[in-house]
Amino acid sequence: MLRLIQLELQKLWLNKVSRILIFVSFILPFTVLVLSSIKINFFGFFTLELGELGIFNFPIIWHITTFFASYFKFFFAIVVVSMIGNEYSNKTLKQNLIDGLSKKEFILSKFYTIVFFSICATVLIGLATFLIGLYYSSYTEAAIIFREVEFLLAYFVKLVGFFSLCLFFGMLLKRSAFALGFLFVLYIFEWLIFWGAYEALGSADSAFKVKNLLPLESMYKLIDQPIQRIVMTKFPEKTDIAYDYAVHWYEIAVVLGWTALFIFLSYRLLKKRDL
Amino acid sequence: MEPILSLNNLTKKFGYLTAVKDLSFTINKGNVYGILGPNGSGKSTTLGIVLNVVNKTSGDFHWFDGNTSTHDALKQVGAIIERPNFYPYMTAEQNLKLVCKIKGVDESKIAEKLEVVGLFDRKDHKFRTYSLGMKQRLAIASALLNDPEILILDEPTNGLDPQGIHQIRQIIKDIAKDGTTILLASHLLDEVEKVCSHVVVLRKGEKLYSGRVDEMISSHGFFELKSEKHDELFNLLETHENFSNVKVEEDLITAFLNEPMSASDFNKLMFEKGITLSHLVKRKESLEEQFLQLTDDQ
Repeated sequence: MLRLIQLELQKLWLNKVSRILIFVSFILPFTVLVLSSIKINFFGFFTLELGELGIFNFPIIWHITTFFASYFKFFFAIVVVSMIGNEYSNKTLKQNLIDGLSKKEFILSKFYTIVFFSICATVLIGLATFLIGLYYSSYTEAAIIFREVEFLLAYFVKLVGFFSLCLFFGMLLKRSAFALGFLFVLYIFEWLIFWGAYEALGSADSAFKVKNLLPLESMYKLIDQPIQRIVMTKFPEKTDIAYDYAVHWYEIAVVLGWTALFIFLSYRLLKKRDL
Repeated sequence: MEPILSLNNLTKKFGYLTAVKDLSFTINKGNVYGILGPNGSGKSTTLGIVLNVVNKTSGDFHWFDGNTSTHDALKQVGAIIERPNFYPYMTAEQNLKLVCKIKGVDESKIAEKLEVVGLFDRKDHKFRTYSLGMKQRLAIASALLNDPEILILDEPTNGLDPQGIHQIRQIIKDIAKDGTTILLASHLLDEVEKVCSHVVVLRKGEKLYSGRVDEMISSHGFFELKSEKHDELFNLLETHENFSNVKVEEDLITAFLNEPMSASDFNKLMFEKGITLSHLVKRKESLEEQFLQLTDDQ
């Protein structure tokens, strides 16, 4: 396993473009996180301090940081897609196989790398959140701090799931640009299914239940948007905006199911294909 | 003899097209094999199948004694297919390090093999800056990293300039001298004739011949003759039992032998018959002529 990760890391690390993208996908969320946590003075007109809004309080901070950090996954998604696309366009996939890498090892080396980067991203976000939280949060009891750390797990699963989807599209289409385009097609397709389900079932609620099972939506649903929750904490008397923002085991199970399917399909595709 | 690779009734279909049809042959240790065939005759497909990048339709093949999985066997094989494939943004050395990791070979081999192909002083240059000849030599170095039991080369001199072709051939000959088994696919006949001891001839995915190169050129050769007494010579050859076939092109007579006969014996015979020759050459058919005969006839 270590050998397979080493292989892939060498391929990625020596490539300038992917090295930059990896940096960006790690550094950018931090910069945003750190910038948002400091007091910004707009030329003496007013000071903006997001910390004052209470969004850096435990436990809600876990929810907020993981939600916003997950948008930066697109940068690494480009890396994932191009690490397949490049293997095809350089024909190095063929050479790797001839040199004695099995097709299974090839897919596994990509998958392990995805998991490796997702772990790194999760650990870093977890650490940063923890430190910023300690600094700003009004509550510092361990029980409150570590409530809702399941958002970190959700974040990790979300990354692995999304990158596995990118891996599959990369294998399917062989071209990085097409694969990224296909993500958008899938997004539209999921809305079409939603619309179809709405027509068939007659209610938006049940149509959403169907859409929640689809790949992109199920990944998005792992960490629900936190804006409404922030509003909720400001106006606790308004019960009509209450919603279910928790991470549920079945949501994780659905995404893990898709992940397994995408990896398996990538392998099947490679096995059947003549290179 | 120790078999290295055996093919049994291997078949590959791409849709309606049969690229390889019922192909069987065995490669034994220590010989240099050529796979000959015109473009599109299934050479690369055959190599692709045994190298695990193309899926066979039916039949089977096995490496070594048959107890080694293809995946493990490939670690003892060195192969280059079509054109050299490396990561353009890595240097030669980094590329070879990657191959070492895949094959599970120690990285100390890299310098040695780069030396063999004469690229050691360019090892820190990026692959994309290499000329085609250098790329091809790097590919050979990469294939040699694990000191393979067998080296498989698919059109190794394709697209190279004369110096490049010469260099590659010299490297191949040197490697063969060390006792490494080599399987060389090519449509360049003189190439095969120069380096191979055994040959498999393919056409449209079917095997036409497999065996030693010198047995393929099985005839006893032919004489090219000219004489003042043209008609007399022709009649004499026609009736002589040593000759199977006599052809005339203007004043040049070509007589094919059906049993061994030396040029001096023939000259003596002619002299005794009172025919003086103004031109006498004894030749053997080249592999090219043999090959064209083989592939045209059927």
